[in-house]
Amino acid sequence: MHELSVCQALISQVEALARERSAQRVALIRLGIGPLSGVEPQLLVQAYPIASAGTLADGAELVIENLPLRVSCDACGQTTDALPNRLLCAACGDWHTRLVSGDELQLNSVELIKQANDSTRETSLN
Amino acid sequence: MSVACSLHGPNLDCGENNMCETCGCNVTHGNAHLVAPGGKLSKTEGGHEAVSLLRGLLNENDQAASHNRTHFDHHGVLAVNLMSAPGSGKTTLLETTIAALGDRLSIAVIEGDLETENDAERIRARGVEAVQITTGSACHLDAHMVHDALHHLDLSSLDLVFIENVGNLVCPASFGLGQHRNVVLLSVPEGDDKPAKYPVMFRAADLVLLSKCDLLPLLDDFKPATARHHLQNLANPAPVIDLSAKSGAGMNHWLEWLDREITTTRQAAPATLDQPAGDISAAGSTP
Repeated sequence: MHELSVCQALISQVEALARERSAQRVALIRLGIGPLSGVEPQLLVQAYPIASAGTLADGAELVIENLPLRVSCDACGQTTDALPNRLLCAACGDWHTRLVSGDELQLNSVELIKQANDSTRETSLN
Repeated sequence: MSVACSLHGPNLDCGENNMCETCGCNVTHGNAHLVAPGGKLSKTEGGHEAVSLLRGLLNENDQAASHNRTHFDHHGVLAVNLMSAPGSGKTTLLETTIAALGDRLSIAVIEGDLETENDAERIRARGVEAVQITTGSACHLDAHMVHDALHHLDLSSLDLVFIENVGNLVCPASFGLGQHRNVVLLSVPEGDDKPAKYPVMFRAADLVLLSKCDLLPLLDDFKPATARHHLQNLANPAPVIDLSAKSGAGMNHWLEWLDREITTTRQAAPATLDQPAGDISAAGSTP
């Protein structure tokens, strides 16, 4: 279960950003994860409260966008949907394809709470 | 090309790859409008500051991996990341490889295991330096751990470093170590459908070794052609070698592959190998 390590890496990045921008807390984190990233989004969600406890990202909302698996075919030039263990071209069946989308493990954006009186989200969480 | 970088203002010249040169974030033409002033990601309804990053989640590991790679490259040392399920024969393969190449190549091994120094001791018994990384509960090696291990090796005297990853077909695939090549072992008793079951790992393979192939006559439900077919379904053109470290079958193909890769790495190395590569401690240590 390497999702805990991934989560710790995420929080380390997010905390550094929050400090750099003098934020009080992190309100929300948006991730983009592809099916071939090697990370199970559900396990990441479970690891998050453990990894974030006591950090500036403690209590932040974690929003994960599941990205599509798409391949581009070198033989026919089409871009089609694919499955994790079947990355063949759906148009012509050739295996000489390149991944266009689907292996992302990406930190897309972060929302920071900057003023002490900016308590909108804190209220909704408590 | 002028692209809005979320961290460094709306009119920064972000270069050919649409990447902000100051912070490395990937704000592109396709998404720049979202983070530009007034864009829907610039400020949230609750008044929070929204920061668009589009940065790899394992950015810190990737940077440490890149640092390791610089050191390998500088010394013209081939770094091979050996990955497989536990018990697929990684250490036995290394023992046999050292026996075959030890006279003409200088080899070192970085050993990753949850517990024990057993594998490192097996390597040392062959007269080769081995650095053991005991990961405790961690199921994979990361670039920081390998970086720490590199402190114990004199790269300037080496031709080849094997990094024997923790036996695991899932987690090690997510963490780059700075290696030049990934070699994945699939042993015959495991079954020929492993590439279909573990696509992330087998997609990352630059070479697949079907190990323990001396067992093929006994385990005749393992079809090497099926394993190759599953690998092809992952759009991976990596070569596949049927190999038995025990009988020696296929070892010549494996050794030839290594020789070719070593030559390629040496040719890519800078001509001035006596120059220092810089401070190896610059990437920091394992947190």
